[in-house]
Amino acid sequence: MTLESKTPGGPIEKKWQTHRFNLKLVNPANKRKYTVIVVGTGLAGASAAASLGELGYNVLTFSYHESPRRAHSIAAQGGINAPKNYANDGDSVYRLFYDTVKGGDYRAREANVYRLAEVSGSIIDQCVAQGVPFARDYSGYLDNRSFGGAQVSRTFYARGQTGQQLLLGAYSALSRQIQAGTVKFFQRREMLDVVLVDGQARGIVVRDLVTGAIETYAANGVVLATGGYGNLFYLSTMAKASNATAIWRAHKKGAAFGNPCFTQIHPTCIPQSGEYQSKLTLMSESLRNDGRIWVPKKKGDTRRPESIPEEERDYYLERIYPSFGNLVPRDVASRRAKEMCDNGFGVGPTGRAVYLDFADAINRLGKHVIEERYGNLFDMYHEISAEDPYKVPMRIYPAVHYTMGGLWVDYNLMSTIPGLFVVGEANFSDHGANRLGASALMQGLADGYFILPYTIGDYLATAKFPPAKAEDPSFKQAQGEVEAMVKKLISIQGKRTAEEFHKELGRIMWEYVGMGRNKEGLQKALTMIPRLREEFWQDLKVVGSANDLNAELEKAGRVADFLELGELVAHDALHREESCGGHFREEHQTEEGEAKRNDKEFSYVAAWEFAGVGKHPILNKEPLTFEYVKPSERSYK
Amino acid sequence: MDFKLKIWRQKNREDKGRFVAYEVKNISPDASFLEMLDVLNTELVKKGEEPVAFDHDCREGICGSCGMVIGGRMHGPGKGSATCELRMRVFKDGDTIVVEPWRAKPFPVIKDLVVDRTALDRIMQAGGYISAKTGAVPEANAIPVPKPYAEEAMDAAACIGCGACVAACPNSSAMLFVAAKVSHLALLPQGKIERTERVLRMIEQMDEEGFGNCSNSYACEAECPKKISVTHIARLNREFLRAEVT
Repeated sequence: MTLESKTPGGPIEKKWQTHRFNLKLVNPANKRKYTVIVVGTGLAGASAAASLGELGYNVLTFSYHESPRRAHSIAAQGGINAPKNYANDGDSVYRLFYDTVKGGDYRAREANVYRLAEVSGSIIDQCVAQGVPFARDYSGYLDNRSFGGAQVSRTFYARGQTGQQLLLGAYSALSRQIQAGTVKFFQRREMLDVVLVDGQARGIVVRDLVTGAIETYAANGVVLATGGYGNLFYLSTMAKASNATAIWRAHKKGAAFGNPCFTQIHPTCIPQSGEYQSKLTLMSESLRNDGRIWVPKKKGDTRRPESIPEEERDYYLERIYPSFGNLVPRDVASRRAKEMCDNGFGVGPTGRAVYLDFADAINRLGKHVIEERYGNLFDMYHEISAEDPYKVPMRIYPAVHYTMGGLWVDYNLMSTIPGLFVVGEANFSDHGANRLGASALMQGLADGYFILPYTIGDYLATAKFPPAKAEDPSFKQAQGEVEAMVKKLISIQGKRTAEEFHKELGRIMWEYVGMGRNKEGLQKALTMIPRLREEFWQDLKVVGSANDLNAELEKAGRVADFLELGELVAHDALHREESCGGHFREEHQTEEGEAKRNDKEFSYVAAWEFAGVGKHPILNKEPLTFEYVKPSERSYK
Repeated sequence: MDFKLKIWRQKNREDKGRFVAYEVKNISPDASFLEMLDVLNTELVKKGEEPVAFDHDCREGICGSCGMVIGGRMHGPGKGSATCELRMRVFKDGDTIVVEPWRAKPFPVIKDLVVDRTALDRIMQAGGYISAKTGAVPEANAIPVPKPYAEEAMDAAACIGCGACVAACPNSSAMLFVAAKVSHLALLPQGKIERTERVLRMIEQMDEEGFGNCSNSYACEAECPKKISVTHIARLNREFLRAEVT
């Protein structure tokens, strides 16, 4: 496999402009002759489908939900970055580019990150025109707030529901195109395979989740906008249905998987309270602006937090990082919390939590100010935990939140399969080894509104398309394979549910491939995962029929793929003998316990090629060079 | 905690459906309502029975997927939360809880507690948008919006499209849902240009889908998980009247 990044030459601020000019165009009258499939209707998918429809392409879009508006982008809270410099605090495209490359611990492609920063301003313009009700100040102009990893205020927000409002904006643009007839929406369809004809992606196989029918659709190009794979860990802040099936099955058909071990653990989530728990709830990072994180100084101290006197508390982030204090980046805050709990200082019934205390802020600013800033979050916490955070400190613990890894794409967002494009969280591109806050929404919309619509045109204008119809043998074959897999899942009739296997896999991933990783643990995971996978295919129990709405069957297919992806993540984590961003190898840390990169040997994207289930995947490397932002140690002391 | 459940089971659109009684034991008071159903479903699967089908996804009250009538209330007892946010501690140990799907003609049952709400999408497609083509827009701060209008637009835009308002309404009206979108866009300068067409098309589609009209019961506001106010219906009516006479 050869990895051609297709990064254009020239100075960084000219690359995208030059590239856009060099891209071939499809004649406006010819656009409707090209069919493009878009899978997923989150920020990246909905914005891409709407924009392609507006351009005149014939777009088919698919979601496993009933409505495009249910995609998990809707749950993003904090905001979206853009270097508008409205705050007059010295922001610029270059500064956002710099912060993102540094925040990603120097493991992203510079040209991509620069382009992201460059188009991010247009996203805000677009969203405002759509009617997204961003926060404003009394002048009527847009308001900004600051966010982790940056020293300027460049985050646009709509209360704590920015993702919802941006998705509803993209959904409205998509709805308009559905009405106009340029986009056709297929609801409750789950993509189960990509169809290749002469090596090109020419269609997909889906299952109609209501009737169980396995259907095929043909096109000139396929776009995957299917999100991240955080649910590999079972407990995460992801929605329950979020899964890796679309990207994983594309991977098995030849799409390289980039940096799978780069997973982000968010420091402030509500801790797990019992075995029944189905997901973890995120509390916005903004809470760390006023909350102080602490644990008791004495191991196993079971006193109520209010009866632990000040001098017996360890505000460990303030102690270790006097200059950044509670505002260190996500990866650092998460690791330190885990370390405290591992060493026996954890609090709450499970001992897997630390306190986030607002008592000082309430004394200093008054309860009303805290209420104004975080009221909805406090209510949410109260509702879930039955404890009033105005009176007792919150208990928080890190949880899997985002995956920086994903299918490898070139500068045009095309995977190693010609005609298969990947946008949003599903690709590996812009965040390196650690994503900064308020950057996920930015990337999803940049890809969908302002990058893919141009780059896919170049592919359509230049590629040759032998006729391909959904009745052709290659489609029939892919359909047959999917049907066989569905039948197999139902026919095992063992004793354990898909959910039970998923939980078991999650435990292995969290324990050995989670926040702190080491050689021994990863090797252990690499023997445990294949064993669990074997048990899955012998002892799985799926009730109900394949010709009906069957949530158990849906889950089983997704868990089957997680059981293969988990192994790849462990392989990637084992091979990367360094610590960077969200990937922390315990063997590679500084004396102070910080991540220690190895730029000499690991300044590359690991793009893995599938070699067969249970076989060692094949490693391909895309070297990363840094011409503009020179790698240095990230210090927050 | 232990509970007795009476859950609506319906194989498909054509099936008549019926209540089936179940029992669940040792449920943590901190578990969510959906997690309680997860426990029940795992038991059913283990016994080889079909689990109860229900829509759900984000489980933090924002995606709008979940929604069921719990003890006669939309999304269960408690104000301002969706079914997934409901915790079992609001019930008493030993309670009998009746669980049904949304009941409304435009929301046909697909299976058990899963209903088809695509009628709401079709209303949005009819006109619930501002026609802003990608790229063809002014600089963001070229459109100032007075803060109070922006805030009120946000209140309306918080709608999660779950359909509780329809299920709560004695007339199965979608007025609160339509009002939330019409009001959100009518409050903003960007939305003024298409306001006439928008309201007429959305109302036409709403009628075509078979939703009823508003007779001021205010059940929609009382049951809305996002506490969307009926004052938006007043604005919808005004927009509609204005469109009719212009």
